[in-house]
Amino acid sequence: MWVYEKKLQYPVKVGKCDPRMARYLIEQYGGADGELSAALRYLNQRYTIPGKVIGLLNDIGTEEFAHLEMIATMVYKLTKDATPEMMEAAGLAPHYVNHDNALYYENAGGVPWTATYIAAKGDPIADLYEDIAAEEKARATYQWLIDMTDDVDIQDSLKFLRQREIIHSLRFREAVEILKADREQKKMY
Amino acid sequence: MAERQDRDPRNDEQEANEREQMPVRGSEAYRAELYEIQKVDFALVELTLYLDTHPGDIQAVQQFNQLAQRRRQLVYPFEMRYGPMLQFGLSFTRYPWQWNDEPWPWQV
Repeated sequence: MWVYEKKLQYPVKVGKCDPRMARYLIEQYGGADGELSAALRYLNQRYTIPGKVIGLLNDIGTEEFAHLEMIATMVYKLTKDATPEMMEAAGLAPHYVNHDNALYYENAGGVPWTATYIAAKGDPIADLYEDIAAEEKARATYQWLIDMTDDVDIQDSLKFLRQREIIHSLRFREAVEILKADREQKKMY
Repeated sequence: MAERQDRDPRNDEQEANEREQMPVRGSEAYRAELYEIQKVDFALVELTLYLDTHPGDIQAVQQFNQLAQRRRQLVYPFEMRYGPMLQFGLSFTRYPWQWNDEPWPWQV
């Protein structure tokens, strides 16, 4: 089971009401390479991955939920005081008429989240390469998002998330090596 | 008489001062103390993932256990001041039930 902890993994400060930036950030909330996709991808793969790397998938999958909450916090703070006019000016009128200022699992283009964003091939190497690619794509997205704002507080939180993607990618690469070494050892017998 | 001392205006003043120093969730002090916990927790997350792929690193294991201990030392007084961080019995609560107390993390 999971236990909720009543704190963010890293502080999220927001300098100003900015629905335009919220619209872009939602990519990491409900987009293909976003945090929801990441959490569900790893926590789903862990059931059939070899025992030596179950712990890693479990723990990274769990950390992704903390990242999802950080993104949600940014979007919430950036839009909570936005008027319908401000939402419209930011291109969020279609979102507003459907959801008011509520969050929704969608990408920056307004396309709802879909399970087709995540893969589970059952082959451990294929799944881990999928995970490495997902982390690299998320890292790149965070960089593009940092480039899209001059709010130093938002940039600070996004930089934290970008760096976490790098670590996750590194750990998944190590997991590939662990499984390869394990496979070689089994061939020896 | 001694039991009448609670009506002494000086006591009211003292009470007001204490109220002023009452811990407030979301305050500057709250965020500063929370940040200390977040720092230790970050190291623990990082060590967790590292140890998942390096289970034989004894120094990392020692560091993990030291920081787990440090975390308990920081969280206990924080929860006494600001209420429970964890749910389902992993934190204690005062009366009335404190879990609903705002701000929630996204409101801080």
